[in-house]
Amino acid sequence: MDMQVQGQGQAPGVDPHDSQGARSYLIGLMYAVALTLASFWAATTPLVYAPAVPVLLAALAIAQMGVHVSFFLHISSAPDQANNFLALAFGVFVTALIVFGSMMIMTNLNHNMMSMDELMKMQR
Amino acid sequence: MSAGEQALTAMPGVPLALRGPASVRVVAGFGFWLFLLSDVILFAALFATYSVLSGSTAGGPSAAELFDKRHVFLETLCLLASSVTCGFGLLALHRTDARAMYFWMAITLVLGISFLSMEGTEFASMVAAGAGPTHSAFLSAFFTLVGTHGLHVSLGLVWLVVMLLQAATLGLQPMVSRRFFCFALFWHALDIVWIGVFTIVYLGAK
Repeated sequence: MDMQVQGQGQAPGVDPHDSQGARSYLIGLMYAVALTLASFWAATTPLVYAPAVPVLLAALAIAQMGVHVSFFLHISSAPDQANNFLALAFGVFVTALIVFGSMMIMTNLNHNMMSMDELMKMQR
Repeated sequence: MSAGEQALTAMPGVPLALRGPASVRVVAGFGFWLFLLSDVILFAALFATYSVLSGSTAGGPSAAELFDKRHVFLETLCLLASSVTCGFGLLALHRTDARAMYFWMAITLVLGISFLSMEGTEFASMVAAGAGPTHSAFLSAFFTLVGTHGLHVSLGLVWLVVMLLQAATLGLQPMVSRRFFCFALFWHALDIVWIGVFTIVYLGAK
């Protein structure tokens, strides 16, 4: 019943027949701790050019999310994981659309609209 | 699974359409994975709201004045460690090693509770200092985003306690194992959302 047949695709998460499971979690932990330390370092250090810090933080966060997805959730682009990978790709697409779309629209709106202070002055 | 089914499904030359339904574990895991992705989309909406409103402090305290990075670093380590111990618990479950499973899951529970209590003290001190969710649009967005994540963690802990009780009463049967497996996916996904929270909310504070 719990038998895993390769040809039927694979669920996300650790494969019950994988003897290397613990190793993958430990490698993932190592990368994740290193990336977390790097993020907190980047946010406080004066060594990085200040306007570049948000981009650096974004890169480190995306890298750490990738580490969690591959080492903890065990998602890969292997043929028997096509369903999981496509679902993930769609999730990432919608997430990016919502976050960047909202930010772009609101920045544009703020840019084109009169500021609140000026509006208040006009009403007086 | 019957021998005939198994022979049919295991054959590499048989087209996917003729291989019969996938096992319950694969179907449950995939369905739960889709739920997790929809949950991530919920968080995406909250992240977008926060990013848009993070500058609207209405004369109140700004993000840079409020947050203590050391506190957040400890919270991050708690959640990361609990993610790994949860994985070890799941591996112990696959070996049907009940003692190791209880050990790792108990550590997961303790780390989750310490994360929640740290977040609770942070929220309480902010509200006590007059920086509650009603003060500005920035603070409303902050409490909604971080509070929703905290709520997920709390529900996850309730789920973990229920699963430990089920393991104790029903034994480590496939049904219980499957539910534990979905819990582990949920717990890892919450840790991924937390990466976004600490990067955008706490480290990105201006």
